[in-house]
Amino acid sequence: MIEQAVAPGVSLQRRGPRSILTDTWFVFWREMLLPLRDPFSLIFSLIQPLVFLGLFGPLLGSAVGAPAFGGQSTLQWFLPGVVVMIALFGTSMTGSNLQYELMTGSYERILATPLSRSSLMIGRALKEWAPLVVQGLLIAVVCIPFGFVFHPLHVLLGLVILGIFGIGLGALSYALALVSQNKEWIFWGVQQTLLFPLMILSGIMLPIEAGPGWMKVASLFNPLTYLVNAERELFSGQIGMDTMWGLVAAVVTAAVGLVVGIRTISRNTN
Amino acid sequence: MIHTEKLTKTFTVKKETVEAVKGVDIDVAPGELVAFLGPNGAGKSTTLRMLTTLLRPTSGSATVAGVDVGKDPAGVRARIGYIGQGNGGGHSYRVIDELIMQGRFYGMNTTDAKARAETLMASLDLSDLAKRTVIKLSGGQRRRMDVALGLMHSPGLLFLDEPSTGMDPQNRANLWEHILRMREEHGTTIVLTTHYMDEADSMSERVIVIDHGTIIADDTASRLKANLAGDLLAVEVAAGSASEVRGLLGRAAAEGDMEENAYDGVVRFRLRLAQGAQLAPGLLKEMHDAGAPAKSLELKPPTLDDVFLELTGRSLREGAEV
Repeated sequence: MIEQAVAPGVSLQRRGPRSILTDTWFVFWREMLLPLRDPFSLIFSLIQPLVFLGLFGPLLGSAVGAPAFGGQSTLQWFLPGVVVMIALFGTSMTGSNLQYELMTGSYERILATPLSRSSLMIGRALKEWAPLVVQGLLIAVVCIPFGFVFHPLHVLLGLVILGIFGIGLGALSYALALVSQNKEWIFWGVQQTLLFPLMILSGIMLPIEAGPGWMKVASLFNPLTYLVNAERELFSGQIGMDTMWGLVAAVVTAAVGLVVGIRTISRNTN
Repeated sequence: MIHTEKLTKTFTVKKETVEAVKGVDIDVAPGELVAFLGPNGAGKSTTLRMLTTLLRPTSGSATVAGVDVGKDPAGVRARIGYIGQGNGGGHSYRVIDELIMQGRFYGMNTTDAKARAETLMASLDLSDLAKRTVIKLSGGQRRRMDVALGLMHSPGLLFLDEPSTGMDPQNRANLWEHILRMREEHGTTIVLTTHYMDEADSMSERVIVIDHGTIIADDTASRLKANLAGDLLAVEVAAGSASEVRGLLGRAAAEGDMEENAYDGVVRFRLRLAQGAQLAPGLLKEMHDAGAPAKSLELKPPTLDDVFLELTGRSLREGAEV
């Protein structure tokens, strides 16, 4: 053990086995400093889903017709989809913030600290997920006067499942940013190309039941489908098989994302 | 503090294998100040990145601050500081926030991290910029912030990769003042890379010259120069006494590497002479006694560039510009 020189007045505590939880908290907190120091970005992120819901919801109701929604009100059916969509857009952007840090030396500086590799990904993904908690609760409350029935605990559980899914998607996005280093357009190309088919084939925007047979089959292979179904069940105040399958899809996505992410980080570094 | 055995790194670029570092053995004792000197692409930064666990060695082993880089990379990272080539502060962050977070990453509590950040900012003239975002800092201010980030946790071993590249002379001098002060106060071991030979020359006690992934020399700057280069001596004499002087200087020049130019009735001899400064007065007297007095004399001490030229046949200056 090499004795470390310590500056006057500074007690440098040496950490034991480093905990991924604390590391994740530090990474998350550093990321959160950006919106906290610049709260306007948060206000916009709160308004956007409301605008989307307000403009798209009415069209959906009159274009598709009530029977496609299984007897629920359009809002009750559509709102959970919007929440999943925000989660999808947010966490799949995890890598885009990383891209700026890759261009300067700031990512390298953080890599040189003792932070664990998985905490780098989880912390960043959770930062993209955190605003969703506020956004989700806000749009739910705003929609109450328009006939939306709000089940707070079910909605909270739905947000937690989305958070688990978001860790996986965020880690994949993180890996994508690392792979497309110095070729930033690749990141956007891949992210956009994958995002829309995934979204449409999950029935977020329009009921997949209204589509042709091959779409219904394709949607079965899309993890997002199970997430959306789970959120719809939870937002309607029930916990059943759809919720279970949604949780499974979220956990599998998180596991795959973290494995791919950690492999990508350590392909060259330690 | 550092011990490596046959540390090697190969990259595959377009299906061709490039050996960036070819089995280097390095030993650095606690408290040393060592510079890796070499042209761009010589393997200095690759070596440093292996020692700081940012790159996995292809083969060979390295122990840094008592910890094996392959077995416990996180343990190495906890014991060292690293100031890379790029700017470490995130663009949209405030200076003070980044410094405190950096301290937290190394396990300091918020109170200690804040106090340490304030001490460092005061000593690096950053106090007025604490709440400024990094993107609004000038190049020199960002580099000083990099130094502050690297020193937050008071590492016992500090790595600096090309610390002063792109800095103006005044900022370079400032940077060095801070690094040397820290070393004096805390006995920090410092390892840096540079392609500025004057920097390696004046600041480091020990220079490791790297070229094509191999260590080609490892000694103090003054010994490298004395042993490998020698002083450059230029003497002018009247054309009539040239033959006498040629014989005299020829005997003194060990390797017989002597240039000769004649112009306007004057002959100018140039030769490299180990211990030239000590030999010059005697040579002048001999020339005078032989009736061939010198008309002028010029004596230039060697630089590390001369050492590099002697070792590789290439100039470090040319290498640095490629």
